[in-house]
Amino acid sequence: MYNVLLAGVGGQGTVLASKIIASCAMKKGENAHTAETIGMAQRGGSVVSHVRIGEGCYSPLIPKGSADVIIGFEPGEAVRVLPYLKKGGAVVVSSAAVKPVTDSLSDSGYDGNKMLSYLKEKNIDVTVVDGEKITDELGSAKSLNIALLGAAAKKGIIDISINDIEEYIKTSLKPQFCEINLKALALGASFV
Amino acid sequence: MKKLLMGNEAIAYGAVRAGVGLVCGYPGTPSTEVLETVAKLKAKGEINDVYVEWSVNEKSALEVAAGAAYSGVRCLVTMKQVGLNVASDPLMSLEYVGVKGGTVILVADDPGPISSQTEQDTRKFGEFSKVPVFDPSSPEEAYLMIADAFELSEKYGTPVFFRPTTRICHANASIELLPPLPKKQPEGFIKDSSRWVIFPRLSFANHKKIEERNADLRNILSDYKYNEITGSGEKGIAAGGVSVSYAKEALSLINGSCKFMKIATPFPFPEKAALEFLKGLKEVLVYEELDPVIEKELTYICGKYHLNVEIKGKLTGDAPCAGENGTENAKEIFSKFLGLPAPETISQPDIPLPVRPPTLCAGCPHRASFYAVKLAMKGRKAVFAGDIGCYTLGNAMPLDMTDTCLCMGAGITIAQGIKHAEPDTVCFSFTGDSTFFHTGLPGIANAVYNGVKMTAVILDNSTTAMTGHQPNPSTGKRAAGEVAEKIDIERVLLALGVKCVKTVDPLKLDEAVEAVKEAADTDGVSAVIFRSPCIAVVKPLPVLAVDRDKCINCKKCIREIGCPAIVKDDGKVKIDKTLCYGCGLCSYICPVKAIGVKEGEKNV
Repeated sequence: MYNVLLAGVGGQGTVLASKIIASCAMKKGENAHTAETIGMAQRGGSVVSHVRIGEGCYSPLIPKGSADVIIGFEPGEAVRVLPYLKKGGAVVVSSAAVKPVTDSLSDSGYDGNKMLSYLKEKNIDVTVVDGEKITDELGSAKSLNIALLGAAAKKGIIDISINDIEEYIKTSLKPQFCEINLKALALGASFV
Repeated sequence: MKKLLMGNEAIAYGAVRAGVGLVCGYPGTPSTEVLETVAKLKAKGEINDVYVEWSVNEKSALEVAAGAAYSGVRCLVTMKQVGLNVASDPLMSLEYVGVKGGTVILVADDPGPISSQTEQDTRKFGEFSKVPVFDPSSPEEAYLMIADAFELSEKYGTPVFFRPTTRICHANASIELLPPLPKKQPEGFIKDSSRWVIFPRLSFANHKKIEERNADLRNILSDYKYNEITGSGEKGIAAGGVSVSYAKEALSLINGSCKFMKIATPFPFPEKAALEFLKGLKEVLVYEELDPVIEKELTYICGKYHLNVEIKGKLTGDAPCAGENGTENAKEIFSKFLGLPAPETISQPDIPLPVRPPTLCAGCPHRASFYAVKLAMKGRKAVFAGDIGCYTLGNAMPLDMTDTCLCMGAGITIAQGIKHAEPDTVCFSFTGDSTFFHTGLPGIANAVYNGVKMTAVILDNSTTAMTGHQPNPSTGKRAAGEVAEKIDIERVLLALGVKCVKTVDPLKLDEAVEAVKEAADTDGVSAVIFRSPCIAVVKPLPVLAVDRDKCINCKKCIREIGCPAIVKDDGKVKIDKTLCYGCGLCSYICPVKAIGVKEGEKNV
């Protein structure tokens, strides 16, 4: 059994990423469970997707202290879900901060880099993916999810390979989105 | 081959497998995807013999289903828990009249609550309306259990509740799809006024039958396969719904062992099975969400049979009385109950985290609508009665344009009550297009009939956005994508006697402000229809950018409208082109005209 927690901000594509992990695992004959944030909370709020692969999991949600991997779509959101990470677990995180309206209004000075330093100080195995660079190179922020999966797969921490994800992109996504997502996958993997 | 299905999808597939012939409902988180899944299958031509509709409200949906069920058709009606309040009038009587075709009322409860106004418990509604309740504990179980719900409904001629909660509805599981079950041909509506026309005498006769049946079901359901007893010992844990999953996970994590009862039919309660469970126990901890339904039943059974078993739970302060359960609280409560060492506490990150309340999307036309009313009412005493939908988020700072929110359709009528209490106040209501057709119409009629001076603002984005863009009477489409004639909101308002109806695009801010001022100064009921499509269903316009040479960094754009796409970068205002949808509202606000469309720049 292994657990992957994906954390981001509504609209960043955590749901598709969790579906890809689950589908690829199921193709190998594994059982998969996932759970998502849907509804009011997803409007610009923090969202999480829980992915549980294998036998012996009952709850649809990952218990705290049990996630093998956290995939953070945003630095602050990765820190927020840190209590879910198990001892010795790994984090893959995008460096691109999404500033909330509350920050613009209040001068709270939210800084993504501080979040990344915090993760590193905690002696966690952290892989940082340069989210800004990915958006610039792809001309879109919409494939960040695939790039993060690329990094996690290349690092060998999610039990599915780059090939598995490539196969999923080619067979399950609309043809017009294939090229950009294959590019995102390779770009993400290049950060490992 | 197994398929990854969301709980709601699994329920839809399970209903189709069980031979459902009519599916209707009103969108509401967390129930929406059940009907959506059926509609998608219908649109793909996979279930041509199933009728599916988004009804205008839950009451209409249940009544449509009642008609089909009288004719022997298996019906599924879907709604969220507060939707059941709207459908409660037909529900209470339908139980007395009964049904011929199996009728399953899917009501999704929302412990937390995560996306709802209340933490009401449909199991309690089951007891109140005398309607049996099925309570699945996982998506896998829900897929199979819904067929049993149809069977029981048809066998006993009663509607039944199927009551998943958010974590079942929105959890995905690997599910093996099974071949369809044998299907009966509905015999059609057979006239029999002694059966289908409710009269006091019939109600009295049927009331007796219902009580007898439910007493029998306490025995019969005790043998139902999903009411399970496992384990042994002098201590027992009883749970229902998704709490069963949390309980099993927690017991495995803390190596806890005890007798365990899973209750899948909380009403009528499986009394015989409960007696079997209570035998030999000294103490029971009940672990359930929302109301103490199982706890009260077990306490009642202990009293009835003079059993010396202590029942612990919400009523005794041993379990939380509000909010959702989870493996973490199960570990803590169970460790204490079973006398095991307290689980290790997991600390929260010791660094301030960004606060992210839900907000209106960047480019959302509702932001412009609220802002237009705010500008038009500057310096005047005004109240803004909001309603249920994305636009409830108009309450957030800096817009701060939602003073009340109660339930579907209430904005229009609450505005009237405030007007009676405070005649010198300009009273506005804000209602979305779907909510307008749901329960807004009677409120308008009430205002016109009683001659109340108020302005009803209709936020018409032509879709039911909050629940994921379901069509409604103003969309021009039906559930499975069929073309429908749009009901024109303007003509509806005029027909109801509203004298001044203004239809404007809120993104043309100057015109919008003028329209609001004019409507607010009209005698009697006036209305402003703000018509602009939801950004999630249209392509983005060219994005805007801040001209750094002109910008004086006054931050008025940030302070006035709180758009998520306007951010501060090194203390300077910047527009995030991954979020900007090009609505242009900010360009109206900038006092030095530093914000404008940047040619060639698009949303990324």
